[in-house]
Amino acid sequence: MKKIKISTEDLSLYYSEKQALKNISMNITEKQVTAFIGPSGCGKSTYLRVLNRMNDLIPNVRITGKVFVDGVDIYDKNLDVVNLRKRIGMVFQKANLFPKTIYENLIYGPSINGIRDKNILNEIVEKTLNQAAIWDEVKDRLHESALSLSGGQQQRLCIARALAVKPDVILMDEPASALDPLSTAKIEELIHELKEDYTIVIVTHNMQQAARVSDKTAFFYLGELIEFDNTTKIFTNPKVKQTEDYITGRFG
Amino acid sequence: MNQTNLPTENQNTKTEIKEEISIPTNMELSPYSKKIALGTRVKEKFIEIFFAINGAVALIFIVLIFIFLFKEGIQALNDIGVLDFIYFDQVQFNDSIKRLYEWYPTSSEPRFSLVPLIVGTLLTAIPATLISTFFGVGAGVYLSEIAKPGAREFLKPIIELFAGIPTVVLGFLMLVVGASFFNDLLEPTNRLNAFIAALGLSFVIIPIIASMTEDALRSIPNDLRMASYGLGATKWQTVSKVILPAGFSGVSASIILGFGRAIGETMIVLMASGNAANITTDILLSVRTMTATIAAEMGEVSQGSDHYYALFFIGIILFTITFFLNLIAEIIINKMRKKNVF
Repeated sequence: MKKIKISTEDLSLYYSEKQALKNISMNITEKQVTAFIGPSGCGKSTYLRVLNRMNDLIPNVRITGKVFVDGVDIYDKNLDVVNLRKRIGMVFQKANLFPKTIYENLIYGPSINGIRDKNILNEIVEKTLNQAAIWDEVKDRLHESALSLSGGQQQRLCIARALAVKPDVILMDEPASALDPLSTAKIEELIHELKEDYTIVIVTHNMQQAARVSDKTAFFYLGELIEFDNTTKIFTNPKVKQTEDYITGRFG
Repeated sequence: MNQTNLPTENQNTKTEIKEEISIPTNMELSPYSKKIALGTRVKEKFIEIFFAINGAVALIFIVLIFIFLFKEGIQALNDIGVLDFIYFDQVQFNDSIKRLYEWYPTSSEPRFSLVPLIVGTLLTAIPATLISTFFGVGAGVYLSEIAKPGAREFLKPIIELFAGIPTVVLGFLMLVVGASFFNDLLEPTNRLNAFIAALGLSFVIIPIIASMTEDALRSIPNDLRMASYGLGATKWQTVSKVILPAGFSGVSASIILGFGRAIGETMIVLMASGNAANITTDILLSVRTMTATIAAEMGEVSQGSDHYYALFFIGIILFTITFFLNLIAEIIINKMRKKNVF
């Protein structure tokens, strides 16, 4: 029996006057992969950013409703957002490595948390690179610029960097949308392995990807959560007409 | 039915193929055959030449300034000599020799040592650049990373407006208000000193550094900020460990340009530095800069004298320093532009 990791109640989000998310209530189970699908502008990425309060960085965003992680209200006024973002890692659509070496990218998170000991840092680097299945490819060039890696390697390094701060949730915003099929397959394989230890939420444009990697799938449309169920159920026997139309390619 | 139809179909496909490969013959009737009118062609060429000349004029002027400056200034090396620009060996009454580093071009025994002028220039320009780096980079970081969009729209033009204040006004301000204020506060040896001049220079340089720093930091892709915040970094950690290192070249280019401006600036130092050619590291003493020397003496010098050529030689030195500082800054900025295209 798996626990509920994240739950939102009646969550709405407004950009100035425009409502981007409408009354979303949903439970995300721990140590599973939950995929968000839907056409562009449906609010799936916005919703993802609600979960680690990245929307705080955008001016004029207003949120109503509740978001709980492990039962804690993360929109509590006194909550330490910095600590929240350490617990909930994020991987973005475009690999956004710092213009530093591979090693410096990986230790950025731990060192801003106050870890100074070289041995511990080296351990973290090796462990997370192994977790992200990229150790063999980069172990001989840890002190070269991270930007010299290929796009797929950069993205896996981003995942490793996120793992280095020891989160228990990883949010992924279309992590493979800019990658070739081979790199995409590697990322998907990685997601599959990571869900043993982490709760993973992934936004994707690619329905086959959602079907391949996720345990549960949520379909968003025009800021609403249309349907949320087991992935096999969504892709074989959706309850709602709009979901069926979307996954069969009638629109989107 | 089918069989009778087949030949006709074949014929149709044949004619179609024929139409496909037919070559257009009546080219003059085609709407594509319109030729450029001679007038348009001449006009286009004229406009092209007009702007080419405009672009060339700036270059020509720089080259002309360069040639004129060198033509007059090189004369000084012939008439005065390189060593005399460094020191003057004065013969004492007891026949011993005293080595003097002095700028006394109008003395009966003229001395042309540039050492006090170079010291004076550095003693005003370096403190001014340090002060301006502190406040200018701070203001740039504030504008780029901390200020809300509304505050930025409001503050940036105001900061840039500072750079447009006539320097004679700033010099006057320092001469009258600034000098009196610091005279009471620091009780300096000279009321007008290098520190007062450096403060005046800062008013001009802070806007340059602030504005360029802001541009450099804002051109850093937002992805990097997101990556940092996503890893649980605070705003200060993001600025100090990601944004400033990523914008380092742009920020340093702004500081170099600011330094170049501090060396080349004339009016403020002429009015506020006291203009006594001291060789000193005491920032509260009067100094005389290279620029102020040219400005103060060029009007009264007799044309063709050693003194006249010496002033031109100072001009060459200033021109060379600012030229290379600008060149370095330009190279850094160009490199930065290329690097930011991910």
